[in-house]
Amino acid sequence: MSIIILLICISLAIALLFLGGFIWSMKSGQYDDTYGPSVRMLFDDKKKQTKKDK
Amino acid sequence: MQPDQSIIEDTLNMRQTVSCFHCGQPCKRQDFLSDEKSFCCYGCKTVYEILNENDLCEYYDFEANPGIRFDIDTDETYTYLDNTEISSKLLLFEINGISRVQFYVPAIHCISCIWLLENLNRLDKGILKSEVNFAKKTLLIDFNAKKISLGKVASLLASIGYKPLISLETEKDNPQKNKNNHFIVQLAVAGFCFGNIMLLSFPEYLGIDHLEGNLRDLFSYLNIILALPIILFSGRDYFTSAWKSFKQKQINIDVPIAVGISVLFVRSASDILLYSEPGYMDSLAGLVFFLLIGRWFQGKTYESLSFDRDYKSYFPLAVFRKENDDWKACVVHQLDKGDHIRIRNREIVPADSLLINDSTYVDYSFVTGEANPVRIMAGEKVYAGGRIIGQPAILTIVKKTSQSHLTSLWNNEAFSKPEQKSYQSLMDKVAKRFTWTVLGLALATGLYWYWADAERVWLVVTAVLMVACPCALALAAPFTYGSMLRVLGNHGLYLKNAHVVENMANVDSVVFDKTGTITHGSDSVVWNGTMNEEELKGVKAIASSSTHPLSMLIAKNIQGDGLESLEYYEEFPGKGVSGRIGDMSIQLGSATFVGLEDTKLNATRVYVTINNVQKGHFEIGTAIRPGIKKLVSNLGVKVKALLSGDGPAEEEKMKSIFNASTILKFLQSPHDKLNYISELQSGGNTVMMLGDGLNDSGALKQSNVGIAIADDTGIFTPSCDGILNGAQLEKLDVFLGLSKSALTVLKISLGISLLYNVVGLSFAVTGHLTPLVAAILMPISSISVVAFTTFMVNIIAKKRLS
Repeated sequence: MSIIILLICISLAIALLFLGGFIWSMKSGQYDDTYGPSVRMLFDDKKKQTKKDK
Repeated sequence: MQPDQSIIEDTLNMRQTVSCFHCGQPCKRQDFLSDEKSFCCYGCKTVYEILNENDLCEYYDFEANPGIRFDIDTDETYTYLDNTEISSKLLLFEINGISRVQFYVPAIHCISCIWLLENLNRLDKGILKSEVNFAKKTLLIDFNAKKISLGKVASLLASIGYKPLISLETEKDNPQKNKNNHFIVQLAVAGFCFGNIMLLSFPEYLGIDHLEGNLRDLFSYLNIILALPIILFSGRDYFTSAWKSFKQKQINIDVPIAVGISVLFVRSASDILLYSEPGYMDSLAGLVFFLLIGRWFQGKTYESLSFDRDYKSYFPLAVFRKENDDWKACVVHQLDKGDHIRIRNREIVPADSLLINDSTYVDYSFVTGEANPVRIMAGEKVYAGGRIIGQPAILTIVKKTSQSHLTSLWNNEAFSKPEQKSYQSLMDKVAKRFTWTVLGLALATGLYWYWADAERVWLVVTAVLMVACPCALALAAPFTYGSMLRVLGNHGLYLKNAHVVENMANVDSVVFDKTGTITHGSDSVVWNGTMNEEELKGVKAIASSSTHPLSMLIAKNIQGDGLESLEYYEEFPGKGVSGRIGDMSIQLGSATFVGLEDTKLNATRVYVTINNVQKGHFEIGTAIRPGIKKLVSNLGVKVKALLSGDGPAEEEKMKSIFNASTILKFLQSPHDKLNYISELQSGGNTVMMLGDGLNDSGALKQSNVGIAIADDTGIFTPSCDGILNGAQLEKLDVFLGLSKSALTVLKISLGISLLYNVVGLSFAVTGHLTPLVAAILMPISSISVVAFTTFMVNIIAKKRLS
């Protein structure tokens, strides 16, 4: 039965880890702007851009 | 067939209209061309050229026509931002010449915007980094203050079509956001604990009682540990709120909840620690979790239903704004930075501005309570809410009008009416009594169940405490009146606060002022007398300084701009105006004011004396406002009287409008008007007074509901309860009917919420309701009541006003 105690400790620890992770992401502002980062990663960061014709 | 052909060709031409490469709007003129691309206006073309020069045309690749059309001609400058005092308020930090600023840019709307704004450093080397927050439409800029000033950064943004909206109060919204974040963490912790407690309670649920005793104890102890964060962190707000109310020797609606939570916790903990019983930690955790979810959902609902008076309804005050060398009346919410406005005697300054003409006196009594006017010199700042005294001032606006600021000035305690009963305090009283009743009921129920079934006492008592929350009861009134306020605001009646709706519903007598209320504009203004050009100009200058309807009519009928500065100016309410310009001392007003015998007249006259010489008079045939006759007949016997400060010249005209029972009184001084209103009130009537301007302010204040009529004046009588756009006056009967319906809706919703409580309580007392279900039902009941009142009010208003 002592294995149950160990398992419970592990499950609680993992759950706590995720709770901590959530609180951290909340406080570090990851939910503040949910749209910007998704498009920002698509921009080229080439400094010089040849003129494109449209 | 021929004509058909041409129609088809026409439609084809329409379709072929070129749309602007920058903003996508159709190009009306074909001459804005650059690189063979068409633009709709000079502004769009300029932005394209700036971007093209700096190799930023990638902007147009992400989305077609991403730009926003704007007026490039605004002479708006941001140089005032370079003032250290102002810039220090805006800058987030400033170290070693690197400054960070956050702008609110409402124009941000697409991927292209993000891309361009984050590549600002390619436009100006002084900008180090810029970052967009799309959700909040803000732009964070780091810049080198030695290379580019804050004002330059702002004008750079404006030049590419992203005007920053600058307000010195932007930082204030941060606490709100932190509070919201904190709440979500509380919710997350509650959810975490709830889930784990349930998991650990599983053996209990399945009835596995042959477990080893020590394992079961361990689970219970773990439950206590997991319940602690719920009590100490997630549910803390209920305790602090209850404690605060206790400290003020009051009792609020959080008290039963706090009592319920602690009862359940103490009982469960003692069960576990003393008797090795399982306790009710799962119920407790679920209770708090669902309470918090309910609160979050409530908050979201209220947010979407909330009556944002700033943007959705408008303050129907107007001021004169310079448009193409002409002064035109303009409603205050359309005013923008850089506009030139002209404020006349006793009109209010709607926005923070700088004085352009030499000097003026400003009375800040609305803002500070200090009645002595302050002398302001050219170039100095005049704050919103100040009232111009004396001759008109020309101002340029530096900060956009804040309606909320004006509304809060209006709601200043100094202008509140003394004997107003407040529904808020009434609700508080009800809530207080209600809470005591609930606590008593919970105690009685506990005692009963103690004898009947001791096992269930705690859960039943908690359920009673939970379900009885009077939230719905407390929210019904503010939401009913609030949505009414918004509906009326959209239709041109701007009320001071929610009390006024209540008072309006009880109105049984309506009293009108004549000039400017019943009458508006004129059929004819005829000058009888002699004046040379110079004198005529002087009269125009004096007349256009006043906001009295007759003065405005006279000013309108004399050519010229009337902007000559006056050396002296004074207005005598109900009598006339007096002023000096050059070597002329001019009096303009009633017969008695200029020293004439008061004769029985058959027309409205305004007399003129210059340097104590009678010059003659203006004979004014005022026009009746359209729709008045219908309004009067709709209101019927409610219309008690017409009080006019003018002579009885138009008595016959008025008689044709009003019912025979209406009392028509002429030559009323402001004091007479006030007395008449209080007479009516002492007869047990609830009086609504409609008037305008200065000479009615006493009567407006005395009446139960004082409504000021505004057409193109910025007169802001703080003692009135509402401002009605003159063009909407004909709908007054509908407005009165609507406020009555609002009262009915309120009564119905109070009935519904009481019903909820009675039904919920009867289930709880008899033990048919678990605390968990109670915690879920509670927010649902209040949300449904709030939704009911809001939608009912809007449906009724739509039906009546369409």
